[in-house]
Amino acid sequence: MSYLRFRPRVLGAIGCAAAMVAVAACSGSSSSTGSTGSTGTVTVAVVSNPLITGQMIPLTKSNFEKKYPGINVKFATYTEADLRAAIEKDVSTHSNAFNVIMIGPYETPLFAKNGWLDNLSTQFIAKEPSYDAGDLLPPIAKALSYKGDLYAVPFYGESSMVYYRKDLFAKAGLTMPQHPTWTQIQSFAARLNQPGKVSGICLRGLAGWGDNMAALDTVVNTFGGEWFNEKWQPQLTSPAFEAATNFYVNLIRKYGEAGASNDSFNQLLTLYGQGKCAMWYDATVAATSIATTYPSMASKTGYAFAPTDLTKSSGWLWTWSLGVPQGTSNQGAAWKFVSWATSKSYDSLVASKYGWAAVPPGTRTSLYNNPQYQKAAKAFAGITLASIDSTDPDHPTLHPVPYVGVQYVDIPQFEVLGVEVGQQIAGAIAGTETVAQALKTSQADAAAYTPAELAGGS
Amino acid sequence: MTALPLRPGHSGRPRPQRLREMSGRAGWGIVAWVVAIAFFLPVLWMVITAFKPESAAETWPPQFIFKPTLSEFRLVFSGMGPFLTHSVVATVGSTILVVLLSVPAAYALSVHPVKHWRDGLFFFISTKMLPIVAAIGPLYVIALHLHLLDSIWLLIILYTAMNLPLAIWMIRSFMLEVPRELLEAARLDGAGRIREITGVILPIISPGLVSTALICVIFAWNELFLALNLTVTNAATMPMYLISSVPQEGLYIAHLSAAATIASVPVILVGWIAQRSLVRGLSMGAIK
Repeated sequence: MSYLRFRPRVLGAIGCAAAMVAVAACSGSSSSTGSTGSTGTVTVAVVSNPLITGQMIPLTKSNFEKKYPGINVKFATYTEADLRAAIEKDVSTHSNAFNVIMIGPYETPLFAKNGWLDNLSTQFIAKEPSYDAGDLLPPIAKALSYKGDLYAVPFYGESSMVYYRKDLFAKAGLTMPQHPTWTQIQSFAARLNQPGKVSGICLRGLAGWGDNMAALDTVVNTFGGEWFNEKWQPQLTSPAFEAATNFYVNLIRKYGEAGASNDSFNQLLTLYGQGKCAMWYDATVAATSIATTYPSMASKTGYAFAPTDLTKSSGWLWTWSLGVPQGTSNQGAAWKFVSWATSKSYDSLVASKYGWAAVPPGTRTSLYNNPQYQKAAKAFAGITLASIDSTDPDHPTLHPVPYVGVQYVDIPQFEVLGVEVGQQIAGAIAGTETVAQALKTSQADAAAYTPAELAGGS
Repeated sequence: MTALPLRPGHSGRPRPQRLREMSGRAGWGIVAWVVAIAFFLPVLWMVITAFKPESAAETWPPQFIFKPTLSEFRLVFSGMGPFLTHSVVATVGSTILVVLLSVPAAYALSVHPVKHWRDGLFFFISTKMLPIVAAIGPLYVIALHLHLLDSIWLLIILYTAMNLPLAIWMIRSFMLEVPRELLEAARLDGAGRIREITGVILPIISPGLVSTALICVIFAWNELFLALNLTVTNAATMPMYLISSVPQEGLYIAHLSAAATIASVPVILVGWIAQRSLVRGLSMGAIK
């Protein structure tokens, strides 16, 4: 009896809850606004990085929004993996939460092919000659183009190079050549390695296509290996790929830092900054990080090109760039922000606030012709520019390959495959399996895709 | 001389027993301290690290002597404003809704059980059985079509749904503790259902309500998965600020420690204020 009388109240409670949800839904939808032209809110998805969180975001508030009072910029900051997930979800479902997205040369051509990005060349740059797209470094501009047009513009760019301790080299009576070979690097590492005190060389071991695979891929390329041959057949167990991987893994296990399978850029920057590495092979942007975070170590640091074996150069190429997703609102305002953050004047703005050495490197020729920058970044500006200029993502390997990309393969499947192989290599570095086993598993992972599937994505 | 042999017999039995008791208590005390310190040390280390400059934050051996700096806190304060606001709104909003909805629901499942109340009870808890990651795809699509993506209302609704089953179960167990005689007396005095809840039940279970609300606050405050997947900037919460403090190319341990320290302050504060009710509330169901 009691529950019979109670029922209307239960229904009432459910009704109340439903009403609340409905009210919530209505107020939620009314909060979204949209307008065209060069005003409005611009939501920017960016990767968490000192050049962005420490410079771009504060400068946007203090400078850009003052210059363009009608534009309100909101930043969504993510780690690299979260950024990729958030952006892909957003552009592929056309949620249009982001007016500007930060992407790299891996995503740009793939997104452009899917029709997810604005053609910046024809839609904006053509009408704005002062932007001077011709000033962008050619390999970077090429990596961000699809069918000859730019679909993203670079915020900063990087290749890879070797950092070494000039004091330790002098003490051991060694000389680092400007263009070392991997064999030389190995012999230096053997001489300089003091277990427990200083590692002969610090290298990336953390699993990930942007982590250990970025470094290893450059070794594979210069040893004459490749991910796929021209028929899109995986080549991960080829003699060259295996020799390169054995070399890299042995170099870490013999003369590298302890626990290397957990280390990527940040951990290695800390180790190098604290004097625990005689050499360090990593991104050219680390020169800026060392100069700003560990100034005392910067004066002891020498710089050399990415080591080679059979090819003339071997550095990787990456750039964090800004693109505008198609179909989003406030496109005019979005481009205003993109062009401001990637312009020549942005460089001088950063310099006036944080000094020339802190300027985002690797995007514009004009920066490297600037006498003030040349003076402030004398030690590493030249080699950074030459390293980037020496890369060719269209011809990354010794033998011809059907894919684009130095330290990645520009196909959608690589996002998964690169991580799977990275995990195998991290296992080999940690010693839980042999290199041969790791590559056998990796080859099987790659062979799970048919050549036709892979070719369709290139 | 004759008295001597008597002495051990006189106090012999109680002494070892008392000693055993005391050493037993001391032993447990030591265990409790060790466990407490083991739990507290990482938190203390986080707070210490927050005051370090970035280059001294991650060193081996760890640095104990350093020049403290507030620069990381300043950086966190300058960036976390909107995240903090969103977290507070989503947490407080959802907790109020949870309490408002779970009190009548718990009443209908305990004091005056509705028909099939067992099924209802099981249904509520069964909504917690599906891992949220399995539902995120449909949730995203529904939110997209309702234009609720990146809206604080979405988080309030989802956090309410997330905490409701637990709250109903907890409050129900507290309501079962309310003496039947009191309810009957109230009814004899002519109190209706509403009066019965507000006048008799709520005052008795208020410590339980406080502890339930606190648990809901903690869960909503710390939630990351839904916020990360369904919001961007207009509803991004504190846990999202924490993960955005981890850069790909740069040092971050000191900054992350400062951000995490600030993020944990509100929950600690609320817990400290509610401490007395919390102890009473959480032990309510224990005395049968």
